[in-house]
Amino acid sequence: MDFLIFKAPILMVQASLDGILLGILFALIAYGMALQWGVMNIINIAQGDLVILGGYIAYTMYLAGIHPAWGVIVSPIIMFFVGWALYKLVINKVVDRDLFISILATFGIAIIFQQLMNFIFGADVVVAQSEYGTTMLFDNSVTLPNSKIFSAVVSILYAVALVIYMKKSRLGRAIRATAQNARAAKILGVDTEKVYAATFGINAALCGIAGALIAITLTLHPYVGLPYTVRSFMIVIVAGLGNLPAVAISGMGLGLFEEFADYILGTEFRIGAVFMLLVFILVYRRFKLSKKREYLK
Amino acid sequence: MDKVKQKDLILYSGLIILGLAAPFLFPGFKVQLTILCVLIVLAMTWNLQGGEMGYNTFGNILFYGLGMYLTASVQVGMFFPLAEWTESGGEKTFVHTTSQYFQGMGVGLLVAALVPTIIAGAIGYAILGLRGHYFAICTLGLGIAAGEIAGGIEIIGAGQGFTTPPFPKDIVDPGARGDFFYFLSFVLLIGTFVFIKWIYGSRFKLILNAIRDNEDKAEAMGIQTMKYKIVGWMVSAFFAGLAGGIMGGLIGYIDSTDVAFDGREMGVFMVLMAILGGKGTLWGPVIGATLFHFLKEGFWTLILGWQYVALGVLIVVIVIYFPEGLMGWLREKYPERFGEVIDEKDRKAQVELK
Repeated sequence: MDFLIFKAPILMVQASLDGILLGILFALIAYGMALQWGVMNIINIAQGDLVILGGYIAYTMYLAGIHPAWGVIVSPIIMFFVGWALYKLVINKVVDRDLFISILATFGIAIIFQQLMNFIFGADVVVAQSEYGTTMLFDNSVTLPNSKIFSAVVSILYAVALVIYMKKSRLGRAIRATAQNARAAKILGVDTEKVYAATFGINAALCGIAGALIAITLTLHPYVGLPYTVRSFMIVIVAGLGNLPAVAISGMGLGLFEEFADYILGTEFRIGAVFMLLVFILVYRRFKLSKKREYLK
Repeated sequence: MDKVKQKDLILYSGLIILGLAAPFLFPGFKVQLTILCVLIVLAMTWNLQGGEMGYNTFGNILFYGLGMYLTASVQVGMFFPLAEWTESGGEKTFVHTTSQYFQGMGVGLLVAALVPTIIAGAIGYAILGLRGHYFAICTLGLGIAAGEIAGGIEIIGAGQGFTTPPFPKDIVDPGARGDFFYFLSFVLLIGTFVFIKWIYGSRFKLILNAIRDNEDKAEAMGIQTMKYKIVGWMVSAFFAGLAGGIMGGLIGYIDSTDVAFDGREMGVFMVLMAILGGKGTLWGPVIGATLFHFLKEGFWTLILGWQYVALGVLIVVIVIYFPEGLMGWLREKYPERFGEVIDEKDRKAQVELK
């Protein structure tokens, strides 16, 4: 094993910390995905592009001279309305249909978003400087940008706030009722159409927060949305719908996997590794399920 | 019955004559016509999965890209060291003679047909066990993973791309290259059409339909669904690989994510073409691909820069408003033409109910 990471074990600490902090961010996006998947039964391929759009909102603020960290407050507000509008324009027509239709339709939305972002913000890789500095650990051998710590803390705060909101508020209860049984909820007077729109808006807002955090911790580019979609999809199928602790843990697991894959396989295979992991997870799941089916026989 | 056959005969011979004459009638559009043939092949093979079997795949792009890389690699590797070729960017140091070029192309296409078929068979058992949207997402992941991985492999050009051998310079006729690729793709198109038409008349198609309509029931009826699903996928892989090989030679340059494993364009195009024409019909993908090609070329030249926005809007509109496609719409409008018998009383009752 002549990999750098095995020669210098301190790199493992670096990769683990990076992975966990990154994973928390992924978990936030995945939580949005789980929410809309569970409530509306659609798979949103444009999820990652909503994230990137949220990031560009923070980046625009950065260009305008405002500290990009304020993006974590502004971006979700704007993205909520983007999500709401998107629901009214397109998503409401695919909610009760075949899942493949929602996949294709959101794929179309993803393409539109990518191209529009390319027009407005250009095709360069950009980053919003937060100038938070870095923390050095273990005799300066592990560097940890403070922006990553900031992003993890903000993600956790928002996730906790959302969980409480879903438990306590009227809208939250309506959303959970609709997720359990849309028809029954409708009969009992829940305006499901409004619930769906709000759910999609909340999902987009979560994407907006994650995007603003990505703008300060990682990089933005109009065409990197799809990997975020796939990551959140993966986390959701591993964790299951509506199981928040599991979402957090599998998000961190994915972050760890990515960082180690980055060190071992090389950065050029990082995204490839993510997509291969998706295939492996699905295939593993298929064999596990088919075994279960055999017991039934 | 004879009358119908005679009509078919006139239709098919007319189309073949049109196809043969097309490059001479429209010499300026040879490349477009070649691409059209390839698009129809891809749409028809996608339709075998998405339309007939009910497995909406984004993964046929995997075989298309594989075929493209394999053809070019074999064509170069048979005569020259592949690594040096990709490093030098092709053409400058090594030159294929005429016979080498065609020999390499022939063997390359053979490999490009067989290897994807074998791969489809090998991974089929694992992948085709997935159902519905899990299958769709998994195949989407496969296609993109393949592109990302191909973009990291040095010997096939990695991120810089791979220049396929240029058409031999000994052939002086300037139209020869266009003619060669056009007729190659036209032969592929006819081969694909004949094969799929044969499938349409066979028991195999009925089994695929049974899988689409209710897989568990089909299994309960004693059909070994997995076997047929894999065979269906292998058929698609065979033709998609060939189509990729031809496209690679035509374009002359292979990039891992923009040309070969181009999930964002070709991978979606094939789905869209089949849906536009009407999935689950023989002629749907053909009509859909032709229409789509015209639409696309219109978008690409008229509104340059906005083409992806237009494409996205097109996808959304087609998927939401015309999920049954052109053939589905026609079928609803003129069911008699499709051999469906509708009871007149029943229809009247329906109207009254409305």
